Amino acid sequence: MKKSVIFGALTVAGLTAGAAGAATLDDVKARGKLNCGVTTGLAGFAAPNANGEWEGFDVAVCRAVAAAVLSDKNAVEFIPTTGKTRFTALASGEIDLLARNTTWTFSRDTDLKFDFIGVNYYDGQGFMVPKALGVSSAKDLDGATVCVQTGTTTELNLADFFRANNISYEPVPIETNAEGQQQYLAGACDTYTTDASGLAATRATFETPGDHILLPEIISKEPLGPLVRHGDNDWGDIVRWTLNALVAAEELGITSANIEEMTANTTNPEVARMMGTEGDLGKMIGLDAEWSKRAIMAEGNYGEIFAKNIGEETPIGLARGLNAQWTDGGLLYAPPFR
Amino acid sequence: MTTLTDPDKESFRLSMLLYDTRYRSITMQVIALGLLVAAFWFLGSNLAANLRAAGLNISYSFLGAPAGYDINQTLIPYTSRSSNLQAAWVGIINTLLVAFLACITATIFGVIAGVLRLSNNWLVRKLMAVYVEIFRNIPVLIWILIIYTIMTVSTPAPNAFRGETPTSTMFLDAFAFTNRGVYIPAPVWGPGSMVVVATFVLSIIGVFAYRRYATKLLFDTGRLLPTFWPSVAIFFLPSILVFFVMGSPIGLEYPALKGFNFQGGIQIGAPLIALWFALSIYTGAFIAENVRAGIQAVSRGQSEAAAALGLRPGRIMNLVVLPQALRVIIPPLISQYLNITKNSSLAILVGYADITATLGGITLNQTGRAIECVTLLMIFYLIISLTISFGMNIYNNSTKLKER
Amino acid sequence: MSDTHAESVAFVRETALPPTAPPMAASGPVLWARTNLFATWPNAILSIAAAYVIYLILAATLPWMLNGVWTADSLRGCREVLDGTSGACFSVLTERWNQLLFGFNYPSELYWRPTLAFVLLFVAAAPVLFFDLPRKLLIFTGLYPFLAYWLIWGGTIFIPLVALIGVIVGYAVYDRLVKRNFALGFFSGIAAAAVVWWIGGALIEQFAFGAPMMEEIASRNLGGFMLNMMLGVTCVSLSLPIGVALALGRQSSLPVVKMICVVFIEFIRGVPLITLLFVANVMLAYFFPPGSGVDLFLRVVIMITMFSAAYIAEVIRGGLAALPKGQYEAADSLGLDYAQSMRLIILPQALKISIPGIVNIAVGLFKDTTLVSVISLFDIVGMIRGPILASTDWAGVYWELFMFAGGMFFIVCYGISQYSQWLERRLATDHR
Repeated sequence: MKKSVIFGALTVAGLTAGAAGAATLDDVKARGKLNCGVTTGLAGFAAPNANGEWEGFDVAVCRAVAAAVLSDKNAVEFIPTTGKTRFTALASGEIDLLARNTTWTFSRDTDLKFDFIGVNYYDGQGFMVPKALGVSSAKDLDGATVCVQTGTTTELNLADFFRANNISYEPVPIETNAEGQQQYLAGACDTYTTDASGLAATRATFETPGDHILLPEIISKEPLGPLVRHGDNDWGDIVRWTLNALVAAEELGITSANIEEMTANTTNPEVARMMGTEGDLGKMIGLDAEWSKRAIMAEGNYGEIFAKNIGEETPIGLARGLNAQWTDGGLLYAPPFR
Repeated sequence: MTTLTDPDKESFRLSMLLYDTRYRSITMQVIALGLLVAAFWFLGSNLAANLRAAGLNISYSFLGAPAGYDINQTLIPYTSRSSNLQAAWVGIINTLLVAFLACITATIFGVIAGVLRLSNNWLVRKLMAVYVEIFRNIPVLIWILIIYTIMTVSTPAPNAFRGETPTSTMFLDAFAFTNRGVYIPAPVWGPGSMVVVATFVLSIIGVFAYRRYATKLLFDTGRLLPTFWPSVAIFFLPSILVFFVMGSPIGLEYPALKGFNFQGGIQIGAPLIALWFALSIYTGAFIAENVRAGIQAVSRGQSEAAAALGLRPGRIMNLVVLPQALRVIIPPLISQYLNITKNSSLAILVGYADITATLGGITLNQTGRAIECVTLLMIFYLIISLTISFGMNIYNNSTKLKER
Repeated sequence: MSDTHAESVAFVRETALPPTAPPMAASGPVLWARTNLFATWPNAILSIAAAYVIYLILAATLPWMLNGVWTADSLRGCREVLDGTSGACFSVLTERWNQLLFGFNYPSELYWRPTLAFVLLFVAAAPVLFFDLPRKLLIFTGLYPFLAYWLIWGGTIFIPLVALIGVIVGYAVYDRLVKRNFALGFFSGIAAAAVVWWIGGALIEQFAFGAPMMEEIASRNLGGFMLNMMLGVTCVSLSLPIGVALALGRQSSLPVVKMICVVFIEFIRGVPLITLLFVANVMLAYFFPPGSGVDLFLRVVIMITMFSAAYIAEVIRGGLAALPKGQYEAADSLGLDYAQSMRLIILPQALKISIPGIVNIAVGLFKDTTLVSVISLFDIVGMIRGPILASTDWAGVYWELFMFAGGMFFIVCYGISQYSQWLERRLATDHR
């Protein structure tokens, strides 16, 4: 009976199935849509708004890639994934690109056969505690109850940190950020740990954000970045350089507002190369000349995306910190477009 | 279809495979087997091709690697350096623990509610009907979420026990109900405590022996011995006596607020309690219906006949109604136990570290070995279910009405 | 006695006294209370305890609900309106009702489509549920799946049309041949339908009939309570025929067929639904041909259908076993072959016995569709735990949302179980 169901399903699927092939770029073009894996909802990074449109920091990367490849920043199918499903979804070809605040680690890059194509957010794991608890350092947390999201690297970092400092704790694993917040506010855990950006985002939604502080320790490196399947290097190049274009655009002062003017009047050869008025960078990665221009116009350059979704003006209120351009003391450093 | 004379052996025609009942069954089975093999070949070759394309392989070596994460409630030794396999064992034991506890309490809830639904008290009857309908008609997943939220929001945090004028106090100075769990005193085994334990075990045996003797006496001589009070006395008195004779060797360690949490005593974590309670009260509603149906299935004539024989109401219940009702109640009861075990896989919603949360959750997420983890997970549940249904079959056979 | 009595009184009443009202204690509410609430001491204590429980529940919830805020635009807004008093924030329902019912991705101007499909569901289900209705209505029931598919997913009408034609052709072929031989009719019917689908599918692609008549909705854009309803209805109706086949297979005298069915049923019943959903989510993608594009919704439908088919098979097996052996023997003695005896004698009776069991399975399955929220589908629970509680506006609103979700399920499940009880009484044709 198993078979008849599956054959039946295949008949239905066959009516809508697209062409199969190894080259992701061809698949995406044939489909006319980019399948992009995002979180099921994390304010600022990827969450549907009241109209059901996805917006956020990771979402912007998807839109930029769609704009570069398909010339339409809305030609994206956002596929919500959980911590559990994200890797299968990518490995099985359900999504072309995973932009889901995923930490770049050795084993994910090698053993799981993925390629991280860069870092769009340098994060680190922190702790949030109520001010009333009177704790000023994570090392004072001996014996504390800690809320931690399961299935993330934070869980492993937490275990390592407490082990390294030879102090004990009691983990309360939680499924979603919303539940972590509920547990933390009810006092079911003394401290909530996740990426510092996530903590800031969570604290912003509290009734009295001032009653809670982030501890100074950042206990891990969390380079978050988009990833693609290992093996299709052409596709990886496209996504990598789209991200680089967003970063470089900020460094070069290209914004979505002045891009037309810059294209027309620039004297900087690198800007000209990026905008496709000089050289043929686009052709080298299998796209047309204006790919990076479209990518930047989609949601703006890196700085604009940051400011719009998670920057200090937003409820999330994150400072640039490590995510400033290298010229401003940050880590963002796009290789030259040449 | 069939004829009286045997068809000629020589004249085998191909159509006989379809029309001749002697061959048709073989044809059908060959077709079925062929389809099955084809389906498995189809799925298997797809799997192989897909894995090859993704550059992945099937390997169980991750089970030996350190798990790297901590678990809050473990009954066996476990640290973050233990292997993934050890984490899976922790999960298995936690699954069995919550399933076992929930089976007991669900039965208690169910029997009480089922009996009260047949009560002649209108208010109680209606109240129980509302309980049963509300819990049966709302998904268990929603109940688990609601009860977990109630647990965390409405019970006090350990903080509330702190300070000069705490907003919450410990019950009898021994029990603390917090939203991180319930803390109860733990026994401390001093020298000589083994004697007390041994006496206790012996007195349990004594109770059974006394009951057997009473039954035997009843059958042999017709004399009725009182059983309840003597049983209670045999159960408690010797142990208490020995306890004081030995100089109170078993002490209690009380939980006390130290640092961030209560220390000492036994902690029963909030996730365990929430899951335990949610499963019990949800399944209790189903068991209540089974109990009611079982009691109603015993025809009134049975109890009337027993009354006509001169049995007292308590004995009618024990000797006539219950044995017959249990035959109806127990098979669905066991499948409810099976359901509890399977529903305990929703532990992941409350952060309880059962097998689905460790092996099928965190280990799967951290290693990315989806196929391997889910396969092992299914094998585990399959073993549990088959064991329980095996037990049920034995029971069904033993209580089958002997038709002579 | 009577003589002396007759002489000693001067007045003999000739008419009966008008009946007086029984004393207060033996009639009306007091009697009712005495017999139903305070018959004995333990009973009275129980009543008082029950009343106290009810009071506690009402005292905790009523003020909170009556004080509810319906018009704020975020939780902060609610808190401002409530100004420290306790009260519900029902505004989340007025603000997000559409997401709770339809998911966050279904275009709001197209809500009429699933709503219409939902209303038509009742029309389609009516002749199945109530036998008194004219049988002609069954034609609409047959058309309904194709219509509902088109309404909900949209796109070109030719896909459901071709599917429908395939079914009709298949049935016609079956009807022609079934009188000669059931197996022949059955398999030729399926083959004919498959041929029509294949040709039709090719035609649609070839001649670009694909021009959508209605805006197409991808299945990952379905969500909310609509998703629960769709999964429930689709999977139960798909699993009925499969369940019947499995039950017959398990009773079959052919060892290979029997073994396949037993292994399948016991395997599916032995594992929790959530692990099957994990399979749908993380494993099934590997089992399909590369690039076949079977989306998550379809994979979930496959797994839930298999799940409920195994349970329904066991219920129907119970029905088959409950039939007296005489029925089988009578069918055999009439000279009916296996297919005929099953179709005409055994199954109609066995299915009738199994209906309450099947309805129970259906209710259970419908409730279990909430589990899809664990694998990142946005059903009503998924919407609550995901986008709504994750949004900055509504983080922290639990009770109102859970109550709403629970209420929706209660209405549907309670309705179905009431129907089932009615049906049981209706079908009780034996003598009692």
